[in-house]
Amino acid sequence: MKRFRGFVIKEFYHIFRDKRTLIILFGMPVVQILLFGFAVTNEISNVDIAVLDRSKDSETQKIINTIEASKYFKVTDFIVDEKQIETIFKKGKVKAVLVFENNFSKDIVAKNMANVQIITDATEPNVANSVNTYLTSILQQYQTDLNQRQQIPYQIVPQTRMYYNPELKSVFMFVPGIMTVILMLVSAIMTSISITREKELGTMEILLVSPLKPYQVIVGKVFPYVFLAISNAIIILMLGFFVFKMPIEGSYFLLALETVLFIFSALALGILISTISETQQTAMMASLMGLMLPTILLSGFIFPISSMPLPLQVISNIIPAKWFIILIKGILLKGVGLEVLWKETLVLVAMIVAFIGLSVMKYKTRLE
Amino acid sequence: MGISLHHISKSFKSVTALKDISFDVKSGELFGLIGPDGAGKTTLFRVLTTLLLADEGTASVAGMDVVTDYKAIRNSVGYMPGRFSLYHDLTVEENLNFFATIFNTTLEENYDLIKEIYVQIEPFKNRRAGKLSGGMKQKLALCCALIHKPKVLFLDEPTTGVDPVSRKEFWEMLKRLQQKDITMLVSTAYMDEASLCDRVALIQDGTILEIDTPQRIIEKFPRTIYNVKASETYRLLKDLEKYEATHSVYPFGEFLHFTSKDAAFTSEELIQFLEQEHHTEIEVSEAIPTIEDSFMTLSKEHSNNGN
Repeated sequence: MKRFRGFVIKEFYHIFRDKRTLIILFGMPVVQILLFGFAVTNEISNVDIAVLDRSKDSETQKIINTIEASKYFKVTDFIVDEKQIETIFKKGKVKAVLVFENNFSKDIVAKNMANVQIITDATEPNVANSVNTYLTSILQQYQTDLNQRQQIPYQIVPQTRMYYNPELKSVFMFVPGIMTVILMLVSAIMTSISITREKELGTMEILLVSPLKPYQVIVGKVFPYVFLAISNAIIILMLGFFVFKMPIEGSYFLLALETVLFIFSALALGILISTISETQQTAMMASLMGLMLPTILLSGFIFPISSMPLPLQVISNIIPAKWFIILIKGILLKGVGLEVLWKETLVLVAMIVAFIGLSVMKYKTRLE
Repeated sequence: MGISLHHISKSFKSVTALKDISFDVKSGELFGLIGPDGAGKTTLFRVLTTLLLADEGTASVAGMDVVTDYKAIRNSVGYMPGRFSLYHDLTVEENLNFFATIFNTTLEENYDLIKEIYVQIEPFKNRRAGKLSGGMKQKLALCCALIHKPKVLFLDEPTTGVDPVSRKEFWEMLKRLQQKDITMLVSTAYMDEASLCDRVALIQDGTILEIDTPQRIIEKFPRTIYNVKASETYRLLKDLEKYEATHSVYPFGEFLHFTSKDAAFTSEELIQFLEQEHHTEIEVSEAIPTIEDSFMTLSKEHSNNGN
């Protein structure tokens, strides 16, 4: 035990003396969460739009006012000619143009139908899409209000409600995602690098020719990173909770348990990588290519798994991050417990057992 | 109870690193393994420190088999690898304490053993190990390897890259350690260090050329060695290599060391030959053989046999 403690103390020296890595380790989650939370977002607000109003009557004016009143749009330009649409898009500021036909109010009354056109600048498809959706819904809302004044025989009125994230805040998707990526990074990459560093510096040779048992070396190396990873998880959750009002609906205990399970699975992966790579560089490349990319791309963090081609969907099953994201979203947003999440939890446990088993098989008590 | 090897062979993919090596190191002996880089010294150390498994043969350290008792060996030997293998980002003191802890001992407990060495690095005890000079690093590494009072100490090229003064000090330390009843196996590529060992094994291409005390190895040297010097050293070497009486010729300090095939060869014959070849400022004198001369001769015979 004394040996083990001495070893862990040594590990902490390594970590705390490497100031640059330490700053990255603790700075990165904060910066990433803030960046993703504030800057990288699919929501729109204060988008500049232009209006080409050929009617200039009371109805169009009402619609324009409604649009202005929403926090999503700012009507910055009023144009008079269709030719101006391209010119104004080319300047780049205005993202959409709303075109009202001639005789808008008259048509509504006379024909029960009037035309309005939404033209968007799709150089940024996501923005164009959102602008389109938001504008359409504002127009629909206006139409509904209008209909209440008149009687129409048949009407289907869809009542949509978004459960668990009614405002469709993208930060609710990013907090679990970033937590997953950061935990993977700290646990898997850092441990695999720190173990291979001993190999590279030749200190592993001395550690092998010592009474320390191999498992003591490995556990001793991994131990400090459990702490780092847990403190990172806490930082991320606190930021999500206090800064972005991310709810934590489920049990804190379950959240902690699943987080620790995921950390263990990532650590086990890190150990596995370190047993098969000889240099820090290989370990880093293996972790980045083999762990980080799948964690970001295939875990469902950014791209939904259901829309991936079948082979990728199959591959995504062996990525611990996929299961962790399901777990953490379930706990944070839906507030469900083990009665629902037992399957994903078991998958994580099975992965830990498998990775550790493989590492033990691969671990060498000698140099070759 | 020292070290013993029986017919140890070890090959890597395409290279045979050790070929049928057998020797014994007596308990308490300071044994030198002398050979150039790539001779197989480090591989031999790794086999003995249980880091590599030999393909053939058996070996034991302090009476324990390197394969079956490897855990016990790891508890009781000290190993100083050829490369500086301590933690650069830990201070001198932290490195020592770390190695003391993993061997379940403390700096204080075995202080008498490392005292003499430690006092030299103590002024720098709060300095990071990576910032020490070459000689200091080796002293620290030696302290770390000694901290648990090993029965056998393996030192793989401890003086490589160390200045001559520190080298000398280092060997004096080893001599003193020997009095504390520690068996030591030291490897080096510096031939001049051989004379400081009790016995040496000359090793090349994974084969032992000779094992004996340094004194006897020199005495066994069969030929007379001449120090030869002339104004044009390079042409001198080329000419002597072509000379029919030459057994061996190689640079040695400011001279060339020359031996002849012919037992009755005299220095006059040599001078005569060199004058014929129009060398000037010729100096020829008899030299006292060194381990290096023995090594050169043995290694030449070895490679001739090999071919």
